[in-house]
Amino acid sequence: MEYLYFLYIELLHKYNLPEFIGMTTFPLLPFCVVAVALILVVLFLVLMERKVLAFFTQRKGPNRVGPWGLFQTIADAIKLLCKENITPTGAEKFMFNLAPLLAFVPVMVIWGLIPFSSEFDFMSYSVSALLFMTIASIPILGILLAGYASNNKYSLIGSFRAVAQAISYELPLVFVLVSVVVLASSLNLRQIVLAQISVYPFCGWFIFPAFLGFLIFFICATAELNRCPFDLPEAESELVSGYNTEYSGMKFAFFFLAEYAMMFIMCAFMATLFLGGFLSPFGFYLSEKFINNTFWAQISVYFEQVFWLFLKTFFLIFCMMLVRATLPRLKSNQLMGFAWKVLLPLSFLNLFFICCYKYFIYAK
Amino acid sequence: MTTKNKLKINIGPQHPSTHGVLRLVLELEGEIIKSCEPVIGYLHRGMEKMAESHTYLQYLPIVDRIDYLSGFFNSFAYCNAVENLTQIEVSKRSQYIRVLTMEMNRLSSHLLWLGTFLLDMGATSPLFYTFRDREVILSLFEELTGQRLMYNYYTFGGLRHDVSSDWLDKITDFVKIMPKKIQDYENIITNNPIFTTRTKNIGIMSKNSALQYSITGPNLRATGINVDSRKTIHPFACSPIQLIYPELDFQIPTAQNGDSFDRYKVRVEEMKACLKLISQCVDWLKSNSGEVISPIKQPLLKVPEGEFISNVEAPRGVCSCYVKSDGSTKPYRVKWRTGSFYAVQILPKLLENAFYPDLMAIFGSLDVILPEVDR
Repeated sequence: MEYLYFLYIELLHKYNLPEFIGMTTFPLLPFCVVAVALILVVLFLVLMERKVLAFFTQRKGPNRVGPWGLFQTIADAIKLLCKENITPTGAEKFMFNLAPLLAFVPVMVIWGLIPFSSEFDFMSYSVSALLFMTIASIPILGILLAGYASNNKYSLIGSFRAVAQAISYELPLVFVLVSVVVLASSLNLRQIVLAQISVYPFCGWFIFPAFLGFLIFFICATAELNRCPFDLPEAESELVSGYNTEYSGMKFAFFFLAEYAMMFIMCAFMATLFLGGFLSPFGFYLSEKFINNTFWAQISVYFEQVFWLFLKTFFLIFCMMLVRATLPRLKSNQLMGFAWKVLLPLSFLNLFFICCYKYFIYAK
Repeated sequence: MTTKNKLKINIGPQHPSTHGVLRLVLELEGEIIKSCEPVIGYLHRGMEKMAESHTYLQYLPIVDRIDYLSGFFNSFAYCNAVENLTQIEVSKRSQYIRVLTMEMNRLSSHLLWLGTFLLDMGATSPLFYTFRDREVILSLFEELTGQRLMYNYYTFGGLRHDVSSDWLDKITDFVKIMPKKIQDYENIITNNPIFTTRTKNIGIMSKNSALQYSITGPNLRATGINVDSRKTIHPFACSPIQLIYPELDFQIPTAQNGDSFDRYKVRVEEMKACLKLISQCVDWLKSNSGEVISPIKQPLLKVPEGEFISNVEAPRGVCSCYVKSDGSTKPYRVKWRTGSFYAVQILPKLLENAFYPDLMAIFGSLDVILPEVDR
């Protein structure tokens, strides 16, 4: 990090810019890099979702814009950018405009908390797991605000549902997170990953002691993301489009981006917690084996770690898409009953089991 | 906007799940529906009035548009009424072809219903699977009649042209693969816990209320009443086609509870019965030949004075056509009775105190199609 900082200051010196500009702007750079990377990932995630769903339903999916439809999402984004921004009459204008930002910005921030490799991450705090959960619950405010400010009954019902859902599914989610923290004895996400290193390849991953926890986390994450079968807040056949019914153009795009970005981040988070994050499933890094030069091997290990994290993340995303293609939507009262009567007791059970495991087996 | 904690909400006329242009005025208390008022008429085209200014033959292509998903049934009901008024004999072969095409049409209509019903419930994939299979039927119809939905294939006293043996072979192939597909749907839908909890004991229609609201078709049979005008000959509509159905071997599927799940189950079973009927018709047509072209050649058909009601068991309940003639070349009055209209009438009763998401599970299961309601 320091090496990069000096490079940056030197670059500024070349253009005769004072050092304090470098000091103030350098912390912002990771955010910019993160945001751009995330948006690029999301663009192709949307394409992936469409392609995967098309595959499941025996269609071709987007295949006109660019080779294999690669630029379809970019074309869609340009279309959304060019659209007129409509604020419906009777809407609370300030809040109506604030809502998409409130949903979008926190998502951009927490992306930096995920440890991409063993050395290099954008933000690393001793409590980053807790921070992740805290910031991840902010976008729901944006959704509530969107529903409230739209002056539309569908939006209102949609946002009520979203809030009720988020509140009830956050509890089991956090209890499962606690069990992982107990296993790793740390709230730092990188430490959680490093705690999953074991002598045998991938045997140390927390999915094995906390398999029940992983399932609960997966279900709750699906619900948190408002994805099928928990997509009640935007149930198309009931609420037209839920909280974002009245949004168009770029404001809608913000919601859309936030949703997909959150899906990616949640899956990356899940991979970090349960699937060993950036660790290689072989127990050693391929680049260590095949590249003789120590310096370049070290560099390529970092990239390989990012690759492993992305691979695991995309596997989880694929599972979510598979679920979406298969299941019908739940009903709101079933949804609540499922969270409070099934998932919450199970997450307690999981926590209890993990504590016992940690005390009797793992500690020795 | 709100009165005493009640939220008045308009569903439709443009809404993804109202299958056309139905408008429902709902009063919600939280997510519970307190009252529902269907508003119809957004798709009224004056089908009945139109008959009075067209000759009998000119009106024939129009009737397919009453229910665009099962055009053959409307066409049949109208042709049958006119044939009975004019005392035209319909050859056995054309009757068999009529039954064959009608049963295929029923199958395609149920396939579309299955896909959209599941789409309303939030499952996207079944729609594409059922449309894939429906596509096969529609291409067969296109090959036969030149049209995919508005067939205009039946005429008074017969058909426009005969079917080819190639076409019949294709149907044989289709009938062979279809049972496996229906089994696939059952595997992913019938035993799905989310689907069953969302539909079982939801929107229960009692035998009594079904009869009071004169519900017909699969919706009635789901309550346990075994009435089907293919099996039971209607007292005042001894249409010649009903002489064909007794020759065929098929069962009328029924259920017990009259809830959404039973309506689903009855329709799926009916699809299997359709396949059975189709293969029997194909076998008959392959081994027997005959004339199908109508003996009537003149375009201006003069129908003797009188009136007639013909009934046919359409996919959405009994479709009957009343034709009154004053002896001229144009009908004096044509009246249609279609199943969906009555299904919309019972909707407020079924929706009372239901959850808002149940609206789709109930309304979707009734298989309402709006052009048939408004005509």
